[in-house]
Amino acid sequence: MDDGPWSAILDPTMKIGVLALQGDFAEHISMLKRLGVETAEVRLPEHLKNLDGLILPGGESTTIGKLAMAYQLMKPLQEFGRDHAVWGTCAGAIFLSKDVSRDQPLLGLMDITVQRNAFGRQVDSFETDLEIEELMKASGTEHPYHAVFIRAPIIESVQGKARPLATLEDGRIVAAQEGHLLATSFHPELTNDTRFHEYFISLAS
Amino acid sequence: MQAKTGTWTEKKGLAQMLKGGVIMDVVTADHAKIAEEAGACAVMALERVPADIRAQGGVARMSDPELILKIMDSVSIPVMAKCRIGHFVEAQILEALGVDYIDESEVLTPADEEHHILKHGFKVPFVCGCRNLGEALRRIGEGAAMIRTKGEAGTGDVVEAVRHARTVMGAIRRLQTMGEDELMAFAKENGAPYELVKETKQLGRMPVVNFAAGGVATPADAAMMMQLGMDGVFVGSGIFKSGDPARRAAAIVKAVTHYQDASILADVSKNLGEPMVGRNVSQMPEMEKIAGRGW
Repeated sequence: MDDGPWSAILDPTMKIGVLALQGDFAEHISMLKRLGVETAEVRLPEHLKNLDGLILPGGESTTIGKLAMAYQLMKPLQEFGRDHAVWGTCAGAIFLSKDVSRDQPLLGLMDITVQRNAFGRQVDSFETDLEIEELMKASGTEHPYHAVFIRAPIIESVQGKARPLATLEDGRIVAAQEGHLLATSFHPELTNDTRFHEYFISLAS
Repeated sequence: MQAKTGTWTEKKGLAQMLKGGVIMDVVTADHAKIAEEAGACAVMALERVPADIRAQGGVARMSDPELILKIMDSVSIPVMAKCRIGHFVEAQILEALGVDYIDESEVLTPADEEHHILKHGFKVPFVCGCRNLGEALRRIGEGAAMIRTKGEAGTGDVVEAVRHARTVMGAIRRLQTMGEDELMAFAKENGAPYELVKETKQLGRMPVVNFAAGGVATPADAAMMMQLGMDGVFVGSGIFKSGDPARRAAAIVKAVTHYQDASILADVSKNLGEPMVGRNVSQMPEMEKIAGRGW
């Protein structure tokens, strides 16, 4: 692109990557595009170049972990997460965590302990409304967040600088934040509510 | 707000989580572990893979619940199981077992030659086969939350899977060029519910996730189905009827992720051992083909 008069008018565009090894990465990408953000699919370490943030999508955490190992992505992802915004939804939250009480590849970027399939099998998957103060404050809205949980994990505990962002009525943690890192048990990419994606973009900028 | 289970969003949503992945047929808990270790995003629990169902003949039914439960206990990834076309009681039993997805499958002997199961009433989601867009939209109309193109199961010959994928994708492309006033005639000609025809045109894709199936035996087959526009791949007999299942399974998983990268495809295709012994579909008598089951 040449530096015509447009470059002065257009802000340098933000570019958010979505890990595209397996899962619903296309849903995240279409959400980001709706918000006017430039996107990239990340399958190999070199795809992390020039990104301002990264989303780890829903999918199967064992599959995503094994493919990340097979293509030498673990270390580049860990390094990226040290100084960039990273958000994991469901399987992505598992992948971001330090501990899931079973042997599978984890990035260990966030100081959270996660329990996989915490609500049971698919017939127990559910939708519910969440009151997420931080999100409502940031977006200047008052309506609850409608969350879709699919064979979802819970965040059993947060340690160190990580803190809970959203809980169910019974107090179980379903979203957490640690600085520029974000984990949700549920799937904002399966709804029409863009507030969580906007919140993440604000962390990335 | 009361939490709601078994919603359309939940049913469709699990299939969205499987996208870009490989669902593998397994007949034992050990197979299931090999599949999970290789990176399968789900397994299909059954007593016999389609190649054996073909070879042995007889009536093919839902698998023994004990076997399905053992497989469910052995892995952390979703477990699917098959019921016969139209056999709503087999489906009720599979739902009671807690399987994550039911495949109302032409691979088993149909229980009803006129009607499929009314799938909306179940909390568990269903996947169904199709050969064309009309068949897919009829199944979605009955409540299927995921579709797979049928191919010709148990043959190791990808030709039918390609035919069905091209037929579906071609019809979706044609819909994009049609005017609103042409959609009712399209619905009539294809035996498809009008509202779903409209939705497909508007979305520019199948309204639910659409995997390829039936004859995929190599990483190249799997990547080809992805390049043709499928969301993921089922591999049935192709893995555990091959010489080195663990290696082939892992290679197909990688091929589905890196389906556009020919150098990675070349790499994962190396030294996989013997593929399954195939059967050439073009030389099969019509009565042996199973893709025609489904109405």
